[in-house]
This record gives sequence, structure tokens and C-alpha cells, in this order.
Amino acid sequence: MTANPSPARLYRPPVSRLWWLRRRSYLLFVLRELSCVFVAWFVVFLLLMVDAVYAGNDSYQRFLDWSGRPWVLVLNIVALAFVLLHAVTWFNLAPKAMVVRMGGRRVAPRFVGAAHYAAWALVTVVLAWIVLGGS
Amino acid sequence: MPDTITMQVARYRPETDRAPTIQAYTVPLRAEWAVLDGLNYIKDQLDGTLSFRWSCRMGICGSCGMTVNGDPALTCGTFLADYAPGPVRVEPLTNFPVIRDLVVSIDDFMRKLPRVKPWLIRDGDSRIGAGELLQTPGQLDDFKQFSMCINCMLCYAACPVYAAEPDFLGPAAIALAQRYNLDSRDQGAHERLDLLASPEGVWACTYVGECSAACPKGVDPAGAIQRYKLTAATRTLREFLLPRAAR
Repeated sequence: MTANPSPARLYRPPVSRLWWLRRRSYLLFVLRELSCVFVAWFVVFLLLMVDAVYAGNDSYQRFLDWSGRPWVLVLNIVALAFVLLHAVTWFNLAPKAMVVRMGGRRVAPRFVGAAHYAAWALVTVVLAWIVLGGS
Repeated sequence: MPDTITMQVARYRPETDRAPTIQAYTVPLRAEWAVLDGLNYIKDQLDGTLSFRWSCRMGICGSCGMTVNGDPALTCGTFLADYAPGPVRVEPLTNFPVIRDLVVSIDDFMRKLPRVKPWLIRDGDSRIGAGELLQTPGQLDDFKQFSMCINCMLCYAACPVYAAEPDFLGPAAIALAQRYNLDSRDQGAHERLDLLASPEGVWACTYVGECSAACPKGVDPAGAIQRYKLTAATRTLREFLLPRAAR
């Protein structure tokens, strides 16, 4: 009888590079993580626009012509889709993180989510009014 | 319903195998048989060398978690008939080192669990003679969900973050920390803060949400983690704005 049997050799399964294709939820998660790149792109786009506006009318017109090019349009449409995914998944997460109490009772998570969507809609309407109607 | 079903079972014998292989067994298919009953039939009637963990057969002990057709599941609560006509593939839980066949090592979790101090922490006198600690049904509801965890490790098997970052405390350990943080009798939340708010704590979680989907007991570890992120962020902000009042 051996006093110290050698420890069992553990098998450590390798993690596949394509693990994120195994489930829909994993894929959605990876796409959501990727969306930060497009959020950053919109920030850059906004800064370019502000810079163009600051530089004068001609510069702004050049910016508009540039942003009307097909590849910029396609990029912005893709970016919009990713930013919407980012926003929707963020708002769906909010009721998980926030526990709101009113009158000693917990507000149902769906109301917390609905309040976020309502706030989003309100801010969008106000911004649309400033941008489109306010001038 | 056919009379039999094929079970494809992962075998790993560390003395001889370099990697797991799949072995097929034909077992009777009965309406009331769970996957675990099929494994016990194999062990008793076909091949006594098959190793797997189980104990209670009623979803309480948390021992029989395995990967069934790619999904983490308690094999006592997963029925063979739902996979008819088969085959049904049974493998060890993913994200854990395999000791033998369907048995995995959960040493990593056992090291992490005590670090979140999953017990009631009281300031000052906590002798039994000091009297009981009363709690309202509402206060019980605040943490009860998280106390249902049976440490079955399905949430770790479902979590891609744990696969990529083994230092991550993980869903169950954080949910159990919250079970005590949210208990009105506990006064130890500040003792758990530094670990939970560290990069290996809640901030490693990227909210895939599969831990909550995999949980057989209705615990919502993903919710516990997101909730603690808000707590930790609020706490940090308060310490920054009001350095004296925060502690």
C-alpha cells in the first residue's frame, strides 16, 4: 500500500475560440460588448460635426456632403443599430440593479423598466423639439 | 414512446485517458425516469466503473449537476422522456476541471465561498443570551430568494466570464454575499465591500444573464450582481463627495 498515492490528473477542458456562438445569449452579449465601439464612433462623429459648425458655413456644408456619402451612411446605420441594442439592453438591466421602494413596498421591476423607457422617450422628444422645431 | 433510449456518457479515466471519450449505453426509457435514474441504471446493471456524484434525488443537495445535451442541469430534475427518442448526451459540468468521468473538482469555489463571509456578522454583543433577532416577513423577503442557493455550480458552468477569468468570484458566491448583505440582522456589509467591489468581484461580471437562466432554484445571481454594482458605485461616489460621512 502506498502512503501517498499520486494526486489524480485533472482534465482541464480547453475553451473554444467560438464559445460565443454556442448560445444566442452569448452571441447577443458579445454584440452588446462590441456596441461600445459604435458608441465611441458616434461621439467622434458628433465632435467632427461640432468642429465643422465652429469652423463656419463652408466647413459645415463640406461635413454634410461627407456624411452623405454611401459608406458614411451605411456606417451610421449600422452604428445606430448597435447603439439601439446597447440602449435597450441597458434599460432591460436597470430594473435588475435598482430596487425602488414606495410606501414600504417594492415597486415591480417592470414599472422601473417602463419609467426608464418613458424618460428616454421624453428626452428624445425634447431633443427632437430643440433640433427640429426650435430653430 | 420507445422502450429504450441511448445515453452518450463522457468517460475520463485519469490513469489511462488523456482526454474524455464518449461511451454509449442503452437504458430503459420510462416516463418517471430522470437522467440520474438512467446513470444509476448504467452503474448498477451495465458498467460499475462509471463515476458520478449524486445524493438526494430531489433538487436539494446540489450534487448531480452535469451537462445534458449541452445545457447545465440537475440530472435528478431532468427527465429522459423529454429527450426521446434520443440520444441524450451527458457530460461533466463545463468550466471545471474533471476528476473522473462526470465528477468535477469544485475546489476553486470552496476557496472563494468563505472569502465573501457568508454568515451573519454582528457588531458587539451577539451572545445567545442577548435574545433573538426579530425579523418581519418583509425583511425576510428581501433576501429569501438568495438563500435558496444549493451550491450546485450550474451558474458557474453557464458563465462565460468564469470560463475566461477564473479569478472571478462567480455568481453563487456573490449571490450568497448578497443573501447576508440584505438580511436585516446582518451588520457586516462593509466587511464584504472591498472584495465584492474589486475587479474579481461584481465588476468582472458583464451581465450575460445565463447564470439566472441556469439556476434550478429560481435564484437570480445576475440580479444580485447588478444590484451590488449600484450599491458599490453609490458607495464609492459618496466616499468621494463626503469622505467623512461615508464610513
